[in-house]
Amino acid sequence: MDLQLLWFVLIALLWTGYLVLEGFDFGVGMLMSVLPRGSRAERETERRLLVNTIGPVWDGNEVWLITAGGATFAAFPEWYATMFSGFYLPLLLILVALIVRGVAFEYRGKIADPAWGRRCDVAIQVGSWVPAALWGVAFGNLVRGVLLDADHQYVGGFWALLNPFALLGGLTTLVLFALHGSVFVALKTDGAIRHRARRAAGVLSVAAVVVAGTWAVWAQLAYSVTWTWAAVAVAAAALLGVVVANARGREGWAFTLSATAVVAAAVLIFGSMYPDVMPGLPGGESLSVAEASSTPYTLTIMTWVALFLTPLVLLYQGWTYWVFRRRLSTRHIPAPAGLSWRRIKDAAFGHDHGPAVGAADLGGTGSGTGSR
Amino acid sequence: MDSLALARWQFAITTVYHFIFVPLTIGLAPLVAGMQTAWVITKKDRWLRLTKFFGKLLLINFALGVVTGIVQEFQFGMNWSEYSRFVGDVFGAPLAMEALAAFFVESVFIGIWIFGWDRVSKKVHLAAIWLFALATNLSAFFILAANSWMQHPVGARFNPETGRAEMESIGAVLTNSTLWAAFPHTISAAFLVGGTFVCAVALWWMVRLVRTRRPELVELARDTYRPAVTLGVVVMLVSGAGVAVSGDLQGKLMYQQQPGKMSAAEALCEGEEGAAFSILTIGDLSDPDSCEDVQHVLTVPGLASYLGTGHFSGEESYLPGTEDVQREYAERYGDTTASGDPVEYTPPLAIAYWSFRLMIGLAVFSAALAVAAWWYTRKGRVTDKRWLARLGIVAIPMPFLASSFGWIFTEVGRQPWVVAPNPTGIDQIRLLTERGVSTAVSPGVVLTSMVVFTLLYGALAVVWFRLMHRYAVEGVPGTVRDESPEARAAARDDEPGPGGPGADGDAEADRPLSFAY
Ligand code: HDD
Ligand code: HEM
Ligand code: HEM
Repeated sequence: MDLQLLWFVLIALLWTGYLVLEGFDFGVGMLMSVLPRGSRAERETERRLLVNTIGPVWDGNEVWLITAGGATFAAFPEWYATMFSGFYLPLLLILVALIVRGVAFEYRGKIADPAWGRRCDVAIQVGSWVPAALWGVAFGNLVRGVLLDADHQYVGGFWALLNPFALLGGLTTLVLFALHGSVFVALKTDGAIRHRARRAAGVLSVAAVVVAGTWAVWAQLAYSVTWTWAAVAVAAAALLGVVVANARGREGWAFTLSATAVVAAAVLIFGSMYPDVMPGLPGGESLSVAEASSTPYTLTIMTWVALFLTPLVLLYQGWTYWVFRRRLSTRHIPAPAGLSWRRIKDAAFGHDHGPAVGAADLGGTGSGTGSR
Repeated sequence: MDSLALARWQFAITTVYHFIFVPLTIGLAPLVAGMQTAWVITKKDRWLRLTKFFGKLLLINFALGVVTGIVQEFQFGMNWSEYSRFVGDVFGAPLAMEALAAFFVESVFIGIWIFGWDRVSKKVHLAAIWLFALATNLSAFFILAANSWMQHPVGARFNPETGRAEMESIGAVLTNSTLWAAFPHTISAAFLVGGTFVCAVALWWMVRLVRTRRPELVELARDTYRPAVTLGVVVMLVSGAGVAVSGDLQGKLMYQQQPGKMSAAEALCEGEEGAAFSILTIGDLSDPDSCEDVQHVLTVPGLASYLGTGHFSGEESYLPGTEDVQREYAERYGDTTASGDPVEYTPPLAIAYWSFRLMIGLAVFSAALAVAAWWYTRKGRVTDKRWLARLGIVAIPMPFLASSFGWIFTEVGRQPWVVAPNPTGIDQIRLLTERGVSTAVSPGVVLTSMVVFTLLYGALAVVWFRLMHRYAVEGVPGTVRDESPEARAAARDDEPGPGGPGADGDAEADRPLSFAY
């Protein structure tokens, strides 16, 4: 296979990995206020439960995006330059969303205070809904084609990105990720929230069949090539499979199939772009894989690096999912470990109270085992 | 302002901001890993306490490093697309390698470390923090490889047909002499940041505890905080020496590779032998053309020449002045700006001059702290000197600032180039900063993003500071216990639970998470 095609496939794979992995943690974030029920305290515990289903893994999932970006820069500099400067404002919004979301995940538990928690929840939800939709808008435009000038500069402007086809693409990823997240929650949790997640997945899976189906058929008829009908068929079968598997309570299958649907969507997207990386509008310029690509030397180096490191990444990232495979329920969630803004112990400046550590704690200096 | 000025401001703001968090992560992660290693080996609770305490601070800091890093990666394409087209064939490779080789390791193993205290064996858990620490340092290597290449392009050729730089040897890019000077320098600076932080925080606690005069608290200071102070002192002394040695190396390289930067650092207009290093300069530095009336005061004879050439005096100690560089470059490159004027090859003198001095000068605080802390805690002593605690607090931000000024010097001193020509070889690979900016992006859009990032980053800085402060004044945890699977197994063997050994499975399944957000 020639190197440029190989790299086009590899970049597609990196984006696919990103969409599959961060897809479900976007979904979990989107459902933060939807799934939890009950008293205020119960809802809070359930929200913490949701955050902790993805706590150890979300950052690793996001690195797929960073890698996809870096690899695009290395393998297709013209693509990287044209796309990132062309889709400036959507990317800015995505960046802001990813920033507030990441910070909220990490800082939410640091302060045990309801107002703090609420603010972080807002950040998590905005930070999940916005990119979930905007990635679809961006990819929708790549499938449809964008206005490029002779220098491969994007000249369509911001509003042209918000065409109906791309907007439906945004709705598609939004629904797909919400579905993917809810089957993930059903798979990863136990107790009442598991059932609610399944019910949500029931509704979302039907919605996904309709929305994603419409978008895919539109893409096929208007912008794609014949062979990607296969991807559309797989996506449709997978989504129908999710409906069935979810109704029967086969959570493992439902998750596998929703992941398959995301993969199929990515195949459709990249399949219809090829041999361009930025298809043009009819009559306009387009940017092809060959025009965008780096030199054979750089591609060769990067191929070796990727061949050596990617399997390793898959191995240890897969291993973390194994380590944290246990289903979680609210009874697994310990009391909040965060501090409060006020120093209850007045540890820092009060001279009447002792600091956090007392003399008794120093007794067992010899061995840490089991001392509480 | 035009797109160029805005894009430069945005890059400066976001990168300097990213580099507030990065050095602390790079420097602190290995120290926390070291503390945990000490705990695993000695089984002493104090090391576990310190691990948990500094570990929390590390995590609060890491979160912001991560989220601001993504912006870095995207904005090359967003704001500097012409630059990206020109350098992508070479520059993209280390960026992709950084993600594949370092960021995945970092993000995956920090997850194992945060949530895995009771999930994986003690050794695996310890390996996780070490892998994380190594990966943060590795990521610095790759990003510096990219940056060093734009300071001093090697291993590439200029292709006139495509009009871009193309890689010929990845080996040459990764063995760039600039990289192998910048990497040790940046890493030692990061360790100086980490060491100062650990020492100052622990010292503040020591003083506070000893001042209570309660025997058990004084004991706590001696038992737990004193080792951390010592660790910080050692790290500061070693990395301080590292910074000086590697900085000296960089100065000599820079003299060969970017002579204009060196003359700007000394605000030297005309070349001279045995040039002095001035601590202060009077006169107007804002106009590089008329620096005749600039006066250097408080000078150390020959030192500037020594930094650049390794000679204090004589012919070999000759330092070119900005005017010489201007003449030489104008002859050699003769570029014109967009409006057709000849390019000014001298970087902004005032910024270069002062940032260089601040970088070096601010290290004084760490040095003072290291010496004082070492003296007052020597031979098992603890101290109650308030001024010492205050010195520590003042010293904490100084190496952060020094690092920022070091970068500001490096990047601003490179101007007007974004890719500086390599004077000894492939000097066709060069790009003026003004030609690197995205042409497809309007000033209004760049202004929007700059305002958005600045406001968002400002708010996050407040949150970061409050959290760091809050967790620092909380001190080490009161009770710590070994949560590892080995310890649980040992505890079970000692006293079988109510259901007998057979019930372990259920008990395991019901056991709450050892840590949850
Ligand atoms: C704690 C921070 C710190 C301290 C105390 C120093 N430096 Fe530094 N310096 C840095 C932090 C730094 C940095 C932020 O890490 C830089 C920016 C780029 C780089 O490679 O390192 C840097 C760059 C930098 C450069 C520019 C290299 C270039 O532009 O190519 C030179 C010549 C020096 N340093 C020299 C020194 C000397 C002679 C020092 C004192 C003896 C010194 N630095 C102390
Ligand atoms: C993390 C430490 C760094 C800091 C604090 C820093 C700081 C700066 C500053 C202040 C500028 C603006 C200079 C000017 O416009 O006058 C700048 C420009 C730039 N820097 Fe850096 N930089 C850092 C590292 C890097 C690295 C590692 C890279 C490359 C991978 C890089 C690439 C650039 C680029 C592309 C520009 C824009 C062109 C320019 O205006 O010069 N920087 N940087
Ligand atoms: C000398 C300059 C730089 C160094 C040493 C450095 C190092 C690091 C480190 C150690 C991290 C981990 C997070 C943390 O430490 O807080 C990080 C995060 C990140 N940096 Fe930088 N960085 C530098 C500048 C840049 C630049 C110019 C870019 C743009 C390409 C960049 C891209 C990133 C990205 C994408 C992340 C997020 C990684 C994650 O999710 O784990 N960094 N950087």
